[in-house]
Amino acid sequence: MQENLDQIFVLLKHWIVSLVPAPVQPYLSVLLSVAAIVVTFPLLFAISVWLERKILARIQNRLGPNRVGPFGLLQPIADAIKSLTKEDIVPRTADAVVHYLAPLVLVVVAFMGFAIIPMGRNMVLVDLDASLLFYFAMGASAEVAVFMAGWSSRNKYSLLGAMRAIAQMISYEVVLLLSSVTVVMMTGSLRLTRIVELQNQYSWGLPHWFIFTPWGLAAFVMYAIAGTAETNRSPFDLPEGESELVAGYHTEYSGFKFALFFLGEYLAMLSISSLGTTLFLGGWSAPFAFLGWVPSWIWFFSKVMLSICVFIWMRGTLPRLRQDQLMNFAWKFVLPLSLVNLIVAGLWRFMGEGWQRWVVTSAILIASYAALALAEQRQRRIGPRRYRYAE
Amino acid sequence: MTPLAASLLVAALMFSIGLAGALTRRNAILVLVGIELMLNAANLNLIAFWRYSPHPEALTGVMFAIFSIAVAAAEAAVGLGLVIAIYRHYKTTDLDQINRLKG
Amino acid sequence: MSLVFWILAAIAVLGGLAAMLLRSTVHCALALTVAFAGIALLFLNLGAQFAGFVQILVYVGAVAILLVFAILLTRGSEPPTHGVFSTTWLAGLVIAAAVFAVLGSSVLSSQRMLPHESTAPAAPVVEIGQALAGPYILPLEMIAVLLTAALIGAVIIALHEKEGEQ
Repeated sequence: MQENLDQIFVLLKHWIVSLVPAPVQPYLSVLLSVAAIVVTFPLLFAISVWLERKILARIQNRLGPNRVGPFGLLQPIADAIKSLTKEDIVPRTADAVVHYLAPLVLVVVAFMGFAIIPMGRNMVLVDLDASLLFYFAMGASAEVAVFMAGWSSRNKYSLLGAMRAIAQMISYEVVLLLSSVTVVMMTGSLRLTRIVELQNQYSWGLPHWFIFTPWGLAAFVMYAIAGTAETNRSPFDLPEGESELVAGYHTEYSGFKFALFFLGEYLAMLSISSLGTTLFLGGWSAPFAFLGWVPSWIWFFSKVMLSICVFIWMRGTLPRLRQDQLMNFAWKFVLPLSLVNLIVAGLWRFMGEGWQRWVVTSAILIASYAALALAEQRQRRIGPRRYRYAE
Repeated sequence: MTPLAASLLVAALMFSIGLAGALTRRNAILVLVGIELMLNAANLNLIAFWRYSPHPEALTGVMFAIFSIAVAAAEAAVGLGLVIAIYRHYKTTDLDQINRLKG
Repeated sequence: MSLVFWILAAIAVLGGLAAMLLRSTVHCALALTVAFAGIALLFLNLGAQFAGFVQILVYVGAVAILLVFAILLTRGSEPPTHGVFSTTWLAGLVIAAAVFAVLGSSVLSSQRMLPHESTAPAAPVVEIGQALAGPYILPLEMIAVLLTAALIGAVIIALHEKEGEQ
């Protein structure tokens, strides 16, 4: 019975596909899976928008939207109707073709990232041999869309916001890649389904998720930092902060195109969370062996929504980083730490089973973190305060 | 036309388009754009030959293409650094005006 | 030849053509990005999955962005004062046409020796990794040295000199 509930979407798809004649069947199968993704993730986007406004509001000691529907649950629908009915203003000197294509490219590339994520047992759209590389290729393509948006608006603030966003995305993409490569090194495969399978084992009731190992925890923390920076979320949202650059690279967009940018940003956030749960939090596997009767896709989506809540929590709590502080942080602190983590992961494998490898790897990671932090602090050189008067 | 011949013709077409652009455009950066097109056409040739070769399990074509992509990226970086340095000196990227050896 | 191949070839060739013919430099860079994507899709069509994704990651994700930054740093986005094509454009065109004629005729005349359909080879990532760590270890290390040298060299060449001649 729980096997059927676990595989309910797969069985549903097989049943629908069996209703059509044989030559059409592969196309219909792919189309159904794509339709499932295109329906599910915008739904999750609507839920995240509501969650964000409510959680941010409570953190800031106020109520969130509570007029539209019970607890404001229908607020995303109101937002959607508003953005669909707003006037679509394109500046006269803007580059019309590029201005039109930029949000399209962003949303398409964001959706492509979901194609290789295993959302449940046997529930992946395409099981590629190099699926992790495909995900990063799609992430890299999003930068082109950001540039197109910023440049085509012919607006200095948009261009500046786009340049900052691209610089930030490129810097943190290296960190993202290095922390994921640690997982690839330990599992020996770029295939996401294999990575989840290897985490689906249990010893003494606890799962073999990679976050429960020293190198996995360090890699997860760095992945989370880099993921927040990749999607331009607070505390790395200088390119789009409302108090800084009007609205950054989507200043000149209104109406449906702005809604597409909004959708693209949240889809990127969902996609980074999905990849993070697949790589570090065990994907669709249950936390304890005795909870295996709950369907796998429920575990996956709960972990993704939990990551979204952590993103929202960080947004409400941490102050914004300045551009040079953020780049400094990426290149001089997180990148060396991720290289050390790579070495530590190799050491973990070569030391074999036992308690020694836990102690040695944790010690090396903590020591290198302390050393890098001290080196970072020493450059601060905070001197005595000097007063300058306006004369 | 065999599939291999079709891929090779497409690569040859892209190569000559890149060559034409590199030889006729005025902006120094567009010359680099032409060079990147030529490198991509060569990579396409390599992969096409690997696909239809008698021993594709040796992975020679794929390896060659991957190394070629890495070298092209490095060369694009250095080339664009050079263009920026030249722009700082001549205040223009117009190749018809950068026609003297005097520094 | 399948329809998919011709559509992808059309994307790549038209992207390349647009990259060399358009007036605005930034539009040329974006058309080049389309050409890169077309070539990557052609790689995927030919069965080289790893090479296709590496092409998108490196070219679309890094080289295209680098080109765009360089265009913005050298004021390439302003409209050109003189023409877009050099004064010797006819010679360049003739040379490129001659090169295409030579390449095309050599491909078409050797058609009898070119292999016909063959089964798609498998290039699993595991084998690529083993090849990189095995027979191709020396090129891998040299690529690492080359990339480091290119990184340092590009930074030094483009470094803003505070002292020196003004």
